[in-house]
Amino acid sequence: MFDHTLNDEQKMLREAARDYCDKRVRPNAEAWDHAERVPDEIFKEMTELGYFSLLCPEEYGGMALDTMAYAVVHEEFNRASAGLGIIMSVHNSLVGGAIKRFGTDVQKQEWLPAMCAGKFGAYCLSEPDSGTDAGSLKLSAKSDGDSYILNGEKMFVTNADYAKFYLVFASTNPSLGTKGITAILVDRDVAGVEVGKPERKMGIKCSDTRSVSFSDVRVPKSNRLGDEGQGFKIALSQLDHGRIGVAIQALGIGEAAYDEALKYSRQRQQFGKPICEFQAIAFKLADMRMKLDATRLMVDYAVRRMAAGERVTREASEAKLFASETANWVADQAVQIHGGYGYMKEYAVERYFRDARITEIYEGTSEAQRIVISRAILAG
Amino acid sequence: MWWNPKVEEFRSEIREFADRVVAPAGDRMDNASNFEPDLLQQLKDRKYLSMLCPAEFGGPQSDTLTYAVAVEELSRVCGSTGITVAAANSLGVYPVNAFGNADQRRMVLPGVGAKGDVIVFGLTEPGAGSDASGTKTTAVRDGNDWLINGGKCFITNPHFAEWIICTAVTRPGMGAKGISSFLLNKSTPGFSVGKKENKMGLRGSDTATLHFDNVRVSNDQMLGPEGEGFKQFMKTLDGGRISIGAMALGLAQGAFEIAVRYAKNRVQFGKPISEHQAIQFKLADMGTQIQAARHLVYHSAYLKDLGKPFAKESAMAKLFASEIGHQCTYQAIQVLGGHGYNSINRVERHFRDVKLCEIGEGTSEIQRIVISRHILKEFDQLIEPSHHVSQALASATA
Repeated sequence: MFDHTLNDEQKMLREAARDYCDKRVRPNAEAWDHAERVPDEIFKEMTELGYFSLLCPEEYGGMALDTMAYAVVHEEFNRASAGLGIIMSVHNSLVGGAIKRFGTDVQKQEWLPAMCAGKFGAYCLSEPDSGTDAGSLKLSAKSDGDSYILNGEKMFVTNADYAKFYLVFASTNPSLGTKGITAILVDRDVAGVEVGKPERKMGIKCSDTRSVSFSDVRVPKSNRLGDEGQGFKIALSQLDHGRIGVAIQALGIGEAAYDEALKYSRQRQQFGKPICEFQAIAFKLADMRMKLDATRLMVDYAVRRMAAGERVTREASEAKLFASETANWVADQAVQIHGGYGYMKEYAVERYFRDARITEIYEGTSEAQRIVISRAILAG
Repeated sequence: MWWNPKVEEFRSEIREFADRVVAPAGDRMDNASNFEPDLLQQLKDRKYLSMLCPAEFGGPQSDTLTYAVAVEELSRVCGSTGITVAAANSLGVYPVNAFGNADQRRMVLPGVGAKGDVIVFGLTEPGAGSDASGTKTTAVRDGNDWLINGGKCFITNPHFAEWIICTAVTRPGMGAKGISSFLLNKSTPGFSVGKKENKMGLRGSDTATLHFDNVRVSNDQMLGPEGEGFKQFMKTLDGGRISIGAMALGLAQGAFEIAVRYAKNRVQFGKPISEHQAIQFKLADMGTQIQAARHLVYHSAYLKDLGKPFAKESAMAKLFASEIGHQCTYQAIQVLGGHGYNSINRVERHFRDVKLCEIGEGTSEIQRIVISRHILKEFDQLIEPSHHVSQALASATA
């Protein structure tokens, strides 16, 4: 993901995304954070530009970006607004990617062109009592003729209110445990679907997070993604992508915090010279840059191996763990370099510090990553 | 990209040698505080001591990436062997080849290529460590010759040396610009090697003082132009840092493997300690840090091989790898508990060995100076054009 490792098309896409973010996203990111909302006109504009159809095949109206091109675009948006970044990746990668990989031709025809045209999707996996232990989910889908009847509640659903449909993981056969989990696409306007109040969050505030509850929601069986009982496999198969996605998000936040800290340290004068000329500050900058370069190389490696079709479970977890811990550390140092100003909302580092925190939590906590990595080490 | 079959093929070849020959010698050499002549000869025969020597002089002319893998794999089982190879190549072969004129290269490099002659780099002095401008060794003009007087300390490989590069002040009072370097044979009258240093780690590696007592060298033995000595060794160290990073990486990897093996076999509270999260999480952190260090080391080598700037990246590679090397070897001892404190399990040796990587070829503090200077320079270059534009606009409207 260093410029010199990209091909011309990837470089061009990075430039275009950077340009768009500089003009339309970064200047507004603080206001969206405060409003806890991204305006519809931005979504409309971004949809027209293709930013909500990045991974979708061309035949369905998508941009069909390769894995690396997607990664660099994703980084640019997360550098500008991590809240917008997660809105995009839930739609493009988690939901769109699952339909692309597991949908039938008929389902792809039904859902993908609509998604490209701005019908946002959300991913409903977590429940009040099912977080890291995703296999313990309780939301039930009972078979009734050609339909399923859904009952239960999902938590921490990103895009819940922006979305027009949900990819819901439900238990069709509780006695089978994880093998009884099934993935079902549910339109938001079906009777019995209720979207909860917005969660008030520490960071990524312009992304919308809510509970979504389902009471006697009737969904045709033709909305089932994959086979009955294949849901957990679908969820797991999305994990490597999802983790690399969060690693890139963390990298973007870290880069943004570093940029601000470097700029500030060059301008801010104390004791008669710019503070970057004091070793106390210069050494912080050196460590920040070094860890971000290491993060970039780990992410790059995972992306390239995934693009080559290899299994990257360990690499994705390592990239995510390293990137998210680095982002938090870098953002903290960036606040420190800004001193009192860094604690104020006029300076973007305050937001980066809050945004970075989620990257150690979602798509598997840092603790879950360490479990994955140590298992791979001990199996080797 | 760095992961290619050729490099991995080379890795398995040198790993076989390292496990079979170097590992057992490493245990003995640390105990005896002496590098075994037989191992030195094998390193020469296999051309590991001359990896950077060009093919035209009979050397293997390895690329930087392959060379880094060699240092990593040797250090994985023995840090003393790693530093011996790293110093001979990065600090010996490299500067002669990069800064020597045609005659100097013809004089020295055929012996390096054919029989692994060792070149030694004499820079550090008692009063000149991080700040090399404190160099006290002098070279005074005497007709067409120079007379060198002074001494060097903490020099790697001097007892094996055939050739010596030494820095000396030729223009007193000019600071860094008054330093020049000379190339001389070990048999030059007045030159001698002092007694070996007694070290915390890398005890097998040869470290000693160099003494210059009216050593007469001809003007033809000056390496590069007069006054360029400082510039030369700054460049030499940029490359050398890749190999110190590789060395720290190998030491960390070796300790990590020992810790994993131990954790799987050691039973406490009725199950292998590898089944306790306290141990699993240590292993996960070590594995992740080592992988990050590997990327930084290989990336800097890759940039050097591409002919791109790599000084900032090699400083990062060395800094990061040596610091995680310290942490990983420390944690490896912790995983082994009392057995880790026992020399028989090697991890305590890796812990002692890797400390050098945070000091040699520029301390961690010097690396941070190097990196931050690069960062700030890049930043200024980035903003300067627009800064000039706004200045021009301001003066135009005034």
